[in-house]
Amino acid sequence: MSRIQATFKTLKQQGKTALIPYITAGDPHPKHTVDLMHTLVKNGADMIELGIPFSDPMADGPVIQRASERALVHKVGLTAVLEMVKAFRQMDQTTPIILMGYANPIEAIGAVNFADRAKSADVDGVITVDYPPEECGEFVKELRARDIDPVFLLSPTTEPSRVDLIVNQASGFVYYVSLKGVTGAANLDIAEVSQRVAGIRQQTNLPVGVGFGIRDASTAKATAAIADAVVVGSRMVQVIEASNNENLLSNVATLMQELKTAVDAAVKR
Amino acid sequence: MKLYDMPDARGHFGQYGGTFVAETLVEALDELRVMYEKYRHDPEFLAEFAYDLKHFVGRPSPIYHAKRLSDKVGGAQIYLKREDLNHTGAHKINNTIGQALLAKRMGKPRVIAETGAGQHGVATATIAARLGLECVVYMGSEDVKRQAPNVFRMKLLGATVVPVESGSKTLKDALNEAMRDWVTNVHNTFYIIGTVAGPHPYPMMVRDFQSVIGTEAKVQMMEMAGRQPDAVVACVGGGSNAMGIFYPYIDVPNVRLIGVEAAGHGLETGMHAAPLTANSPVGVLHGNRTYLMQDADGNIIETHSVSAGLDYPGVGPEHAWLKDIKRAEYVAITDDEAMAAFHNLCRTEGIIPALESSHALAYAEKLAKTMRKDEIVLVNLSGRGDKDINTVAKLANITL
Repeated sequence: MSRIQATFKTLKQQGKTALIPYITAGDPHPKHTVDLMHTLVKNGADMIELGIPFSDPMADGPVIQRASERALVHKVGLTAVLEMVKAFRQMDQTTPIILMGYANPIEAIGAVNFADRAKSADVDGVITVDYPPEECGEFVKELRARDIDPVFLLSPTTEPSRVDLIVNQASGFVYYVSLKGVTGAANLDIAEVSQRVAGIRQQTNLPVGVGFGIRDASTAKATAAIADAVVVGSRMVQVIEASNNENLLSNVATLMQELKTAVDAAVKR
Repeated sequence: MKLYDMPDARGHFGQYGGTFVAETLVEALDELRVMYEKYRHDPEFLAEFAYDLKHFVGRPSPIYHAKRLSDKVGGAQIYLKREDLNHTGAHKINNTIGQALLAKRMGKPRVIAETGAGQHGVATATIAARLGLECVVYMGSEDVKRQAPNVFRMKLLGATVVPVESGSKTLKDALNEAMRDWVTNVHNTFYIIGTVAGPHPYPMMVRDFQSVIGTEAKVQMMEMAGRQPDAVVACVGGGSNAMGIFYPYIDVPNVRLIGVEAAGHGLETGMHAAPLTANSPVGVLHGNRTYLMQDADGNIIETHSVSAGLDYPGVGPEHAWLKDIKRAEYVAITDDEAMAAFHNLCRTEGIIPALESSHALAYAEKLAKTMRKDEIVLVNLSGRGDKDINTVAKLANITL
């Protein structure tokens, strides 16, 4: 059983929802990333989504694009990100790490090479935003051969027939994108999300994470009631963006505690 | 002989093309693919398209025998396909009309577009005005500064121009931003992509709409010269004018197809926009797999060309395929060579070419010199150069 699967199993036994914060590796500076990851875990992260900076993050809004740009100033590419995961693992061998990024950095080193290096860095899952299941059969095979979970996105516009196609490729969990639009957009409609998540559950036993548009205790709590995992990205990155070297870790810790309390307080539906 | 039949049902040209997009866009692309399949052979749709090409654009665009240029160069006869004479001044309008008519049939009241030099933006704003569609054009803030007259044209035509401040603030960033708009507003919005790139079905659809160029040329060359050209030369940024003239010639034997990329300051300097000629690594950007200018980490690198319309780090996937199967050849022309060809056409033939098209002209001159006087080189003169006078004046240190 992969670390991601084991984590979901334990949480389920406890009746809890996973809290998964997202940060972009190398933002605001590569020297902070490993410390930030430990801070996230210390303050309630059940898993971490670690963004691979990319020059053209088409599916992201301005907040996460700026995080990529800040990291790229320091030349933080895929190789550097894998080194950060290795460094994190020296102190933490239990928290699942899910890399999130775009296809091209992976294509640049090749699917097999990437899978080997992700395995040796002890990565647990990979979300590749612009690899729909039709285009990444070989890549998924390479990941699964190494017990790395390929995590896929489902959107409000994904038809049930496609949900089948996607959950058949996915492992670990599926990630329901709760909004039309890019990361960091507004207007989370909990009732609609709830209905969609219920529909997805009829098609798969995989845990369902929900992200895009969760920005405070109240949206986190409402989402936690219906999902197996709550992913918080743009809000986390905004706090990082607004911090300085002195208060970076404490600001992130404060936000995490607020979110963790909210997620744990949710009453499961 | 097996006729050329690309792409496959999922938009692949061999390993190139495809649909590399976030899940949030898959449904919109499926809808577009289905609707385009429905209308691409529909007689009524095609008749409406042909009507607008004739009466609104002014097609067919003529083919012109550039005799004085040919004599001056001293080799093959150079013929020009005059896309510069189209309404709005370039080939871009052919495709925007096709897509806007499709948008209307799909019931989308709003169209969006990305633009670099502004030609595709102007062409989109033009047809949006003609059809009464709301129009938003994304343009890198650097390009907004460089191309002020086109920004004003779009505004005159009723479009909203949104300057894009992210990334390198040029064409690729405008494309990213347009994609984001589309993801968010897909229920009422049609995204009119300006070149033969992007996710399936765009590369195929834009090629089909632009192939009127080559289809006309095949008929006109018989009328003008009694035979087909020995070589067809066109500039390649994303590659829509080149695909438009190449496509009907792919199955015609003994016609060389030559795409001319922008070598900028020279391929050896790294400051260029010639992923095919430079053999850049293959990668994924803007929804398709193709040759792509990138660093070792897979991040897209900045490109350079004097011509904003060629200043793009990738290239349409069908060009990547035609290069690999050796049906087309790809070469590159520097800024300086293009400028020389620009002035040469102005003075010799009384035609001010676009800087993009000047790259094709520059290579055609080189090629013609190596050929016999009874051989023919057909150049796609994809646009006129009025939009470039500020750039040209600046390079010559002239204040307008």
